[in-house]
Amino acid sequence: MSSRLKENQGSDMEAHYHSMSDKTLMRLFILPTLVLLISINVFPLFWSLFLSFTKYTAKMTNIWGKNPEMIGIANYARVLTDPEMWVKFITTAKYVIMSVAGEMILGFGFALLLQTKFKGRGFITTLLILPMTMSPVIVGLRWRLFYEPNWGMFNFLLGLGRIDWISDPSRNLYSIVIADVWMWTPFVMLLSLAGLSAVPKYLYEAAEIDRASWWFKFTRITLPMVYPILMLALIFRTIEAFKIFDLPMGITGRGAMAPPLLSMHLYNVSFVTWNTSFGSSIGYIMLIMVLAITLIFVKYLNKAKQ
Amino acid sequence: MAEIILQNIIKRFGDLVAVNDLTLYIKDREFLVLLGPSGCGKTTTLRCISGLEIVDEGKILIDGKDVTTIRASHRDIAFVFQLYALYPILTAYNNIAFPLKAQKYDKEKIREEVNKVAELLQIKHVLHKKPKELSGGDMQKVALGRAIVRRPKAFLLDEPIGTLDAKFREEMRIELKKLCIDIGATTVYVTHDQVEAMSMGDRIAIMNMGVLQQIGTPYEIYTKPENLFIANFIGSPGMNFINCEPSRDSNGKLVLKLLSDNMYISITNKLQNTLLSKIYEDKKLVLGIRPEDVTFSMRKEKNYLDVKVYVIEETGSYNIVDVSLGVEKIKVRTIPTIKPDIGEAAFVGFDMERISIFDKETGNSII
Repeated sequence: MSSRLKENQGSDMEAHYHSMSDKTLMRLFILPTLVLLISINVFPLFWSLFLSFTKYTAKMTNIWGKNPEMIGIANYARVLTDPEMWVKFITTAKYVIMSVAGEMILGFGFALLLQTKFKGRGFITTLLILPMTMSPVIVGLRWRLFYEPNWGMFNFLLGLGRIDWISDPSRNLYSIVIADVWMWTPFVMLLSLAGLSAVPKYLYEAAEIDRASWWFKFTRITLPMVYPILMLALIFRTIEAFKIFDLPMGITGRGAMAPPLLSMHLYNVSFVTWNTSFGSSIGYIMLIMVLAITLIFVKYLNKAKQ
Repeated sequence: MAEIILQNIIKRFGDLVAVNDLTLYIKDREFLVLLGPSGCGKTTTLRCISGLEIVDEGKILIDGKDVTTIRASHRDIAFVFQLYALYPILTAYNNIAFPLKAQKYDKEKIREEVNKVAELLQIKHVLHKKPKELSGGDMQKVALGRAIVRRPKAFLLDEPIGTLDAKFREEMRIELKKLCIDIGATTVYVTHDQVEAMSMGDRIAIMNMGVLQQIGTPYEIYTKPENLFIANFIGSPGMNFINCEPSRDSNGKLVLKLLSDNMYISITNKLQNTLLSKIYEDKKLVLGIRPEDVTFSMRKEKNYLDVKVYVIEETGSYNIVDVSLGVEKIKVRTIPTIKPDIGEAAFVGFDMERISIFDKETGNSII
């Protein structure tokens, strides 16, 4: 008791000495981060929500722009009724489904293959992970060169002749899907590998004793055991694919040639034509959609965990 | 149901020889226990029989058929794992039904079989639960159910009740044994617990360092251990060992001279003849005797040895009195009312009909 009393006195005295308590110091350290977060994350979030109900452009006139003019839900009404916008929704949906499906199937497939022991497995795993470690913009620009219709390697390797993978609107969505799958399959593969290695070996032994076929083991043991982690990969990839921007930007560039993806459109509206308030409303609709999709997946994830 | 024959099997893991030249004949409908300390190769042997491990050398025959290179799924055996290995996402019912479903039995048939097994094991009330909602005992019963539902040729059990608590283990021991008798299957049971082995096995095969030490009924193993390892491993406490050598008394009769204290004990004529016939007269020997075959007395009687009480262990139903015989310590099992003072002089007598004699050099039994 007495020693603890002494200790307390000691720390009090120390605090007095330095005239700054641990708590104050702690707050001071956090402050810069907090300021940054609020000014470039939290404030824009609420400001853009406000702007989405107005008519406003961040460019023009003086340095503060014209004052935002309240117009209610007109922006949102326009997003949801404009047939042009629906083309963008559908294109984005197509993109998400194709790329995520490709990544899930290939990623899980590679993981299954990498489960069997063979020479050089570690090396091959490392090689397969490389795409994921690169910067998306660089990957986009690299694929742009790869797809180049006149002298690109893609057509050459596949022996396709001069096919335009970059600016042909009937095709360039697929070229971005291919690049996305190339880049992010390793991510699904890594998660799947983690999930697969967590399945206890004795379950397979028990199934072997129970005379189960390969398919029976796969559907009754492997899949259910890795399902939660596959679900997690699915959530991550869906969110990412939904707001994909850097890859199409790198491959096709902005403008008329680019496939009509929501994120590209958002960029064009907000920062090319500077229709800030309309762009904000598109952004918010996207946010709501991502949240909704995530919530559905998380619900399934929780169910799988039980 | 079938007999299992292992012929000179060898299993290596890298440099380690897990099972070394093991030959074993397991009779049809027999309950054989593989017993030994951890790391002795008993589980590896079981896994070799099951086909989960393939032997490096030797042959395995089940029901007369050579299965040495055949996969586990084609050997028609059931295996109960130490940690049950239940399928976590399936209910108890579906766990038991798994082997039948894997064989594409029709639904009606599966339900009938599973219910029959559940009734036998008295787990009907937990069939709808998942493994993690079950108690250890119920998980173990489900694992057993999964093994017996298919009526395989043989059951292989790997310490199936090792993780249960002591009291419950006792109950399960009886139930398991009864179950195996009822089904009448050939059973190989691995355990490190000698009480389990003695109480359940028709025969016990004792292994150490990958080598089979002795195989026999519990009684044979207990009374006629073939070497020092078994004599020490079986029994709780194990056998007493006293260093000695053959000698002659004043009449020229063969007696044993205890090396610790220059005492002599006379031996039966039969034992004298055995020692003479096997030319053991000038070899170092070890006399082995079970604690319950030693008589404790406060009075000197004929052929009794002088000892000092060292320590007393009470268990309730009997006492173990540790006494010093010269520099050696021996344990004597007495009735619980005998409580001599520590350090007190006392006398012990050996039941000479029940002693074992081992060659000190090789460790093997002479009689």
